[in-house]
Amino acid sequence: MVSSRDNRKNIGVIRSVDWITIIIYMVLLSFGWLSICGASYDFGEGGDILSFSSRSGMQLVWIGSSLMLGMVILMLDERIFDSIPNFIYLVMLVLLAITPFLARDIKGSMSWIKIGNFSLQPAEFAKFATALAVAKYMSAYGYHIGRWKDFLGALAIVMVPMMLIVAQKETGSALVYFSFFLMFYREGMPGSILFAGVSAVIYFVVGVRFSEEYLWETPTTIGASSVLMLILLFTAGMVRIYCTNRKVVNYILFYGVGGTLFSLLISKFVVPFNVAWFQLVACVAVAFYLIYMSLSARLRHYAFISLFTLGSVAFFYSSDFVLQRMEPHQRTRIQVLLGMKDDPTNAGYNVIQAKIAIGSGGLMGKGFLNGTQTKLKYVPEQDTDFIFCTVGEEEGFVGSTLVLLLYLAFILRLIYVAERQPYAFGRIYGYCVMSIFLFHVFINIGMVLGLTPVIGIPLPFFSYGGSSLWGFTILLFIFLRIDAGRNRLRR
Amino acid sequence: MKQYELEKRKYVLGGVAIVIIFVFIIRLFSLQIISDDYKKNADSNAFLKRVQFPARGAITDRTGKLMVYNQPAYDIMVVMTEQRGVDTLALCQSLGITREYYDKRMAEIKDRRRNPGYSRYTQQLFMAQLSPEEISTFQEKMFRFPGFSVQKRSIRQYNYPYAAHILGDVGEVSPKDIEKDDYYQRGDYIGKQGVERSYERYLRGEKGMEILLRDVHGRIKGNYKDGADDRDPVPGKNLTLSIDLELQALGERLMEGKLGSIVAIEPSSGEILCMVSSPTYDPRVMTGRQRGKNHLALSRDPMVPLLNRSIMGVYPPGSTFKTSQALTFLQEGVISPSTAYPCPGGFHFRGLHVGCHGHPSPIALVPGIATSCNAYFCWGLHYMFSNRNKYETVQDAMTQWKDYMVSMGFGYRLGVDLPGESRGFIPNAAYYDRAYWSAWSALTVISISIGQGEVTLTPLQIANLCATIANRGYFITPHVVKEVQGEPLDTLYTQKRYTWVEPRHYETIVQGMRSAVTGGTCKSANNPWYEVCGKTGTAQNKGRDHSAFIGFAPRENPKIAVSVYVENGGWGATYGVPIGALIIEKYIRGSLSSESVAKAEMLRSNHIYYGKQSR
Repeated sequence: MVSSRDNRKNIGVIRSVDWITIIIYMVLLSFGWLSICGASYDFGEGGDILSFSSRSGMQLVWIGSSLMLGMVILMLDERIFDSIPNFIYLVMLVLLAITPFLARDIKGSMSWIKIGNFSLQPAEFAKFATALAVAKYMSAYGYHIGRWKDFLGALAIVMVPMMLIVAQKETGSALVYFSFFLMFYREGMPGSILFAGVSAVIYFVVGVRFSEEYLWETPTTIGASSVLMLILLFTAGMVRIYCTNRKVVNYILFYGVGGTLFSLLISKFVVPFNVAWFQLVACVAVAFYLIYMSLSARLRHYAFISLFTLGSVAFFYSSDFVLQRMEPHQRTRIQVLLGMKDDPTNAGYNVIQAKIAIGSGGLMGKGFLNGTQTKLKYVPEQDTDFIFCTVGEEEGFVGSTLVLLLYLAFILRLIYVAERQPYAFGRIYGYCVMSIFLFHVFINIGMVLGLTPVIGIPLPFFSYGGSSLWGFTILLFIFLRIDAGRNRLRR
Repeated sequence: MKQYELEKRKYVLGGVAIVIIFVFIIRLFSLQIISDDYKKNADSNAFLKRVQFPARGAITDRTGKLMVYNQPAYDIMVVMTEQRGVDTLALCQSLGITREYYDKRMAEIKDRRRNPGYSRYTQQLFMAQLSPEEISTFQEKMFRFPGFSVQKRSIRQYNYPYAAHILGDVGEVSPKDIEKDDYYQRGDYIGKQGVERSYERYLRGEKGMEILLRDVHGRIKGNYKDGADDRDPVPGKNLTLSIDLELQALGERLMEGKLGSIVAIEPSSGEILCMVSSPTYDPRVMTGRQRGKNHLALSRDPMVPLLNRSIMGVYPPGSTFKTSQALTFLQEGVISPSTAYPCPGGFHFRGLHVGCHGHPSPIALVPGIATSCNAYFCWGLHYMFSNRNKYETVQDAMTQWKDYMVSMGFGYRLGVDLPGESRGFIPNAAYYDRAYWSAWSALTVISISIGQGEVTLTPLQIANLCATIANRGYFITPHVVKEVQGEPLDTLYTQKRYTWVEPRHYETIVQGMRSAVTGGTCKSANNPWYEVCGKTGTAQNKGRDHSAFIGFAPRENPKIAVSVYVENGGWGATYGVPIGALIIEKYIRGSLSSESVAKAEMLRSNHIYYGKQSR
């Protein structure tokens, strides 16, 4: 028998659940379904968009079941999220570990388990399990992220499923776990780690992208030269911020930048040589100078900045070293990704066709079901990873911008809701949810627009597929359920 | 508190989200709004625009004889990616070509320098303009040659070997044509010369377009919007020329072996009845696959048969020009019909001598025209240009004179409906100021009064002068097209253009031209059936004199005005008069008398030797 107390509790949930998030979620789902209709509609055959044999019909089933799933989650007792995370996490790890042995090879990926007529991708459900587990771990009494042991523990919870997913050859889904660093940052991880990570990406992209172009007709590659210059500038900037010593900053800028320009002139007009060698020497000299400063001024900051400088140089040259020894096809893929090589047939083809489809939409788009590029199958994966093309082509700039703004509102709302949590557990979980959605939107739409690398991950609520939609729904609604209970005191 | 510090980080994370979305919106803006490359790209991806070519308009002469029509021709197209594994030997056999030719064509198609639009996936032209007979064997066996297909086109066919210069020809559009008018696409045909070019807009009709949807595998998925945007081709308009085919044929035969031109105009309408430019060529050589080769041969001929001398050639008009001088002098009051000038064997004045031939002296205007007295017109010009009561300077007189000439249609393009017309040349005061540092007088320029010196006209302008005299003072811009099917004629070809000279003065000139036929320089043009008026011309030049003639008939309500110009033909009476007389007779009487037939045959076989020099 359902007790009257349970009824009251449910009414309480309906009142206190965050309806704004749910409305944005529903609007995005509807837009997503219309896009699936557009993407799977076939000019020649016509076809019924509501038929279950069509993709749009099937997606309707996934949407319906997701909504029911969400309702069920909202009806759960929130205390369950205190007790089950570790259990769910372990079950999920086991499932991820055995998946490659049960799965059949689909386009090189070993991540799908077939159950009857349906295929299931466990990796999509591992996100919420990991988020719950890491939230539980980090909200424990006495946890302090500043301690190495505690930080590594949280990192391990995130990295283990990530490795298991890499083993399924689903690199894209695995990369999503990097988004947890945003949550770590919010919870107190030093911003310099995030900065170091971003710097590493910049060094790599700039270094490789311009590794075959030369500076001012001297034997200096633009890539190496600009990366070393960036390292010098970052170092100077950090000295300025953390040590507030203008004199040192001026020394670095004067001798580093001035010396580089001077040697560039010599290289151009006197003896041609690789200016990057001078810059390398300058960077190392600055690092030693900072160590000297650290010892004489007794300030640890100098030592850390020196470490950053040396680490940056080491990272850049080792990544270059690794790249040179990569398999040719892997190197080509990276080069295509960075726009160094045209490759209209393979990896580049998707992006070119995606840009054509979106670009042809114009201001107002071609109208619902009138897109030609997506209908005629010019865009591959058009109802999964490249679904945003359909939005761009059929709804135009206006529609696409609207969708982007909806996502922005969604992300900002999640931050707002996460911040109002009375307990660390809810906040940490909320930031996990926000970070995962942000990462998906950033990588997926960035890829379709040709801004980020081609990494095959779905666009939340848009891409066709039951697993991903269920995964995202569970992820979101657990957070909404936790949030709905924010006003009740826990016993 | 530490926790409070950390809460600020939500702004950093929110800021990251805002920046990402903002960058995406900028990117969308540049993709969708700023650049339209993607739109074009998408269209070429998805739309297969199949052009449907309209039939080009047919051309008939003024009596309704069909001169130009269309004949189906077939192009063989090939798609390189689909033609692998074709039995080359069987293919060559069915087309009657050699293996070497096949290999050569394939190499040419793949050569991007010669074939810039090459793509392995689209249709490329393998062989052009085959006849139905040539194609028949191939068509039966076509299923054995995947990748090859037949595309129907139409090519121009000519019923008669005449009027090549007027009809012109069609050829593939040049990149310049495409740039000028985006109606055209590579491989389209366009009028290159003659009325094919000047009436291109009417003749071509309008291409139809079928927009098909093509998926990524190249499969056709039906018509875009179920054919709502498709357009049917609109056939080109038919043209009726003002040319009389029989007259044109006679003219071309008479001019055989001679360089020069015959232009005949119906004075009352400005319609050109025949326009012969010799040497000419058979328009049929400019069609089909041999066009390129034949065109090259014609363009290298030293006698320049591709030049339409009637409108592009400029010649000294010689004595035919004296009529225009007499009209100017009469209107300006320099002379009256009764004014007589002395001619002691020529014009002798202040050491200047212009020769003349034997006739009584002094002489009045009408006999002056009839005998083509040089002195009379030299005196006229001298008195006009030296009249300081009327004109302050010689330059003023010159300007007045030039304006008369321009009013008669000289010095500028007449505006005939054919491309490439020349202006001829009428000097003005500034021209002589430059040439003689402003120190010149009537005597310096005296030769312009007898149609020599700097003055040049096109044969069409000379004919138009004759038509103006026949009309007693006006002309209608000469034109070769009488009617465009369903379209009104350009008003330029219906409006009368009056000269500065009154009709009564023209009557005097007509009298003079009549007496030239009855008792002057062109006696051989006289006949018992109708009154011919004429004027000869013998234009001096570096070589032998050019033989010229203008004439019209009948004297009242003239039906035809003709000008004949035979390069190096000698006296006007040698070639000009008899040819002009035959043209007039043919047109007015419908056929030639037996005596005239014999005369025509003789003229036809009289060839002039021009040497090997390029002209």
